[in-house]
Order: sequence, then C-alpha cells, then structure tokens
Amino acid sequence: MANGILVYGEVRDGSLKAITKELVAAAAHLSQAGAGPVSIALVGDAATVDAALPAARALPVATVYAARHAELASYSSQGYAIALQAAIKASDAKVVLFGATALGRDLSARAAARCDASLFTDCTELVWSGGNLRVKRPVYSGKVILELESTAGVQMASIRPNIFAPAGAGGSAEVAEVAVTIADGDIRGRVKEIVRTSTGKKDLTEAEIIVSGGRSLKSPDNFKILDEMAEALGATVGASRAAVDAGYAPHSMQVGQTGKVVNPKLYFAVGISGAIQHLVGMRTSKVIVAVNKDENAPIFQKADYGLVGDLFEIVPKITEALKKLHASSH
Amino acid sequence: MKIVVLVKSVPDTESKIKIGADGTSIDPQGLKFIMNPYDEFAVEEGLRIKERLKDDTTVVAVSMGPERAVEVLRTALAMGADDAIHVSDPAFEGGDAQANARVLAEVIRPLSPDLILGGKQAIDYDAAQVCPAIAEYLGMPQALIVSELKISDDKKVATARRRVEGGDEMVEMTLPALVTCEKGLNEPRYASLPGIMKAKKKEIKKVGLADLPLKAESVGAAGSKTKVVKYHNLPERPPVKMIAGDAAAQAAELVRLLREEAKVI
Repeated sequence: MANGILVYGEVRDGSLKAITKELVAAAAHLSQAGAGPVSIALVGDAATVDAALPAARALPVATVYAARHAELASYSSQGYAIALQAAIKASDAKVVLFGATALGRDLSARAAARCDASLFTDCTELVWSGGNLRVKRPVYSGKVILELESTAGVQMASIRPNIFAPAGAGGSAEVAEVAVTIADGDIRGRVKEIVRTSTGKKDLTEAEIIVSGGRSLKSPDNFKILDEMAEALGATVGASRAAVDAGYAPHSMQVGQTGKVVNPKLYFAVGISGAIQHLVGMRTSKVIVAVNKDENAPIFQKADYGLVGDLFEIVPKITEALKKLHASSH
Repeated sequence: MKIVVLVKSVPDTESKIKIGADGTSIDPQGLKFIMNPYDEFAVEEGLRIKERLKDDTTVVAVSMGPERAVEVLRTALAMGADDAIHVSDPAFEGGDAQANARVLAEVIRPLSPDLILGGKQAIDYDAAQVCPAIAEYLGMPQALIVSELKISDDKKVATARRRVEGGDEMVEMTLPALVTCEKGLNEPRYASLPGIMKAKKKEIKKVGLADLPLKAESVGAAGSKTKVVKYHNLPERPPVKMIAGDAAAQAAELVRLLREEAKVI
C-alpha cells in the first residue's frame, strides 16, 4: 500500500526554490503523525536536476527521486506531469506536496488528473488524520475557510508560502533514478521563453514582508517613499487596485481579489482604505500595520497596529527608525 | 475554428458569505449570482478571436451547475456567443473538481474544439483545478493564468503569456489547447440590448448523464475522492492597537512594537 510523502522540488534559475524547505517541514509534520517517510522529487533535464541535487540531498529526507529526460529542458505541463507520475510510482508515495507557486499550481492540477489523485490547492493548514490528508483552505476569496479530507489512493496538496518554518539542512539523502518515457506527441506545448520583469526582489506571493500603497500616494513617483521603506525592511512593494487603476503602479504589483493573494508575516497598508477587494488578498498576513489619515478607514478594523496621520510624514519617519534599528543591532 | 468557453455562476464578489446551519454548506439565502469575473475575460477573448479571424469560427459557451447556470449562459449569448450548452443532472450533484472536470471533458470531446477558454479560477472554491484537469483528460496542452494570447495565422499554434515569479513565461502550444484567462487579457464587453433580446430566444442545449459515456459512480459525490469536513469562519483578529503621537513618535513606537511585541522584524 502506498506510504510516505513526496515533496515536489521546484527548480528555478538552476536552484531549488526556497519553498521546498517549507514543504519538507510540512511533510515532516505529516510524517511524525504516521504518514511515512519523506522524499523529494526533482524533475527536469539532466542539467536542471543535477544543479538542484546537492541542495535537495542536504535536506532531512530519506530519498531524492531524480526524474531526468532531455525533453524536460524547458517546462511543459504535459512532460513534467509524465515525469512526476513516474516518480510517484517509483516512491509509492501516498501524499504529494507542491508549493502554491505559478509552476506548482500548473503542475499539481495536471498531475492530479493524470494520476487520478485528489488535489487540494492553496492550503493554509494540513494534518494527517486517520490515514488520510485533511486540510484547510480559504474559499470564496478568503471570506471563509473550508476544511476537507481526501479518501483517494494518492493525495496531493499545494501549500501557500510562509505557512511552515523552513526545514533545516543536515540530511544526506540517497538518490534514486527514475526512468521517464516520453513519446512523440506527448508534449504539445512548452515554455519557449521567460521574459524577466524581476527587480531582484522576492515576488509578492512569496515575500515575508510587503509594503503596499493606495490611491493616497497620489502619483507613481511618490511610490519611491515606499521603495525606500521596503529597502530598509527587505520587503516587496505592492499596491491596491485603486492605485493600479489610477496608473500609479503596474497590475503585477496589485494585491487583492483581482491581483495577488499574499501571505506575508508582516504587511503594511499605506494609504489604503481597506475595500473588501483588497482585504481578501492580504488578510491572512500574520501582522498588519495600517497607516491612514482617516481614522474611520475600514482597514483599521483588520489591522494589528494603526497609525492615523499623513503618510508622507509617517513613512519617511518609519524608514528612519528602521535604519536606526539596523545601525544599533550591527 | 471552434472555440469552447467555460462559464460558471458564482456569488457576486460583494456577497456576504454565511455558513449554512449544517456547517458543511454555504447559506444560499440573499446571495446574488453573476458570471465568474474571470470567465468574462474568457468569453471576450473567444469573441475577439472570432472577430479577428472573420471566418466560420464559432464560440460555444458551456456551463455546469444548477438552473442558475442558464443565466450566465444567456449572458454569454448576449455578449455574442453562438451556442450554449447547460450541463446538469441530479447525478452530478456534490461532485468535486475532478469529478466535474470528467463530465465537462466528455461534454467537450465530441465538439472537437481547437481552443478551450476558461477563467483562471472560479471565485467560489478558488481551486483553479477544473480547467487543467479537462486539458489532461482531453490530452491538450495548457497555459494557465494568461494575460496575452496570440493565435498564429495558420490557426495551428497559440502563444500565451503567463506571469510567474520574477517574470513572464511565453508558452507555445500546438492547437487544440486550453487557456485560462487572467485580468488584463482584455476588457470584457457589455451585452448590447439587441444581443440580450436575441439571447432570450436562443435555444440552450441540455446535456445530462444519459448523453455521456460516463457511469453514475464516476461523477458527482459518488465519483469524488474528497469530502467536505466543515466550513469555518475566519479567526477573529485581536483589536487594533492605535499608536498616537507625532509622526516621529508613532514611527519609533511602531518599530519598537514590531521588534519587541510582534517579533517580525
């Protein structure tokens, strides 16, 4: 009977994504409750897999399943699902965990259908309950939480970033080679090109700290004061829909129902009133700070710390205070 | 080309979601239903491709769900879709994403579409799972959460732009293919009055279990390998701590609290 947890080790730009450590921690938590041993699957061409192999082996897992094929040099939903299916068979895992990243969402849904496995996407909690996976995930744009249980032979889940503290190193996992067979016509679509838009900052969906600005910023230029504060915090800058619609920030920075759903440990809402469309995108943040000149702004009802005042005065002072803090702690 | 657009009836974004008395459902009382906003981008994109090609391309809207699904199909027809199919059967009730995808795949298969369009997710369960499962069942390549889509002049290749962490991926697919749509792909049109009048008269085809090569045990609740345990309300946040003083004092106190109390910096 299937037993154990297989973590999908996502490789981007030649290195194992940081969320893999969080997934290994989640898997360890299931393992302690009796779900079996933890292993990692690496999928790609030889160069991709080899680049990530040392980092994967160093994690506290029993085995790293390496599914290599020359056809997997660039990502394809179809090809990667075929290779992952082979790794799942080789490991005989009952549970397969993915990060809720762009690739994790794409691959998990495809692989679940292919393997006739159950899938829970975007989970914020998971436990092992009577030999099955039981999860909680936000639904209805995060207005309520749905608790679900699987009864499938293979049970998959994708997990949001920043839910589990990353697992430490110290492992020396064995490597098991997985034979992957890809026939002509199996892959009919693939990633041809990646256009970089990154500023070197963490993506909003993965960021631990986010500083978001609203329409009260009044211009694209004024976002500079948020950039400076973000710099002092190691944070990523986001924006409300109102700010995006006003042309102060691109849609890629939008947090909310029609933008990104984020889950940082610290979220600053600067000059954001707190419309439901914004709240559903950020309310699972661990700590929320609101800065607004209107003391009746709804955002204060969702915040942990509230500062009423002119953001153009307060934000530079926060940046200053942060710099002072760094100077004193070094 | 033949384009299938998947649409779903979901509670309006402004709806207050109340958990039902049984704890395992949402109280339907007072909910207003609309076409899933991301599906509007899918309908619009299908219509734009048809208008660009100026050939015999047809756009077929497909919706699975209770009677209110007919309303969103009428909306799709009023926007300009050529045909509509309502997928409904008591046997389909209680199906999870994969059980529903299995049904939809069999509804779509005989239509032999060149392109299937859907929203990036439905804003009720937010699972983003039905469309990629359909692509797998039909053996089609997929591009999810797409903000730009091009069809080659020979109508054989689709190129889709999708946002990933740190950049945009360009996915090239041989048709037939499935694409899910993100905000920014287009500006959905409003249905015109003549469009609405015309849509009222159009026949909406009904499809049930008897029309499909599927057994009752592979659809609906019987065909689902997941079950709802219960719904939970969001945990209450402790009351907000307001920080008073002039800007400098507020900033200093905030940084101290984030460091010493919340321990997040």
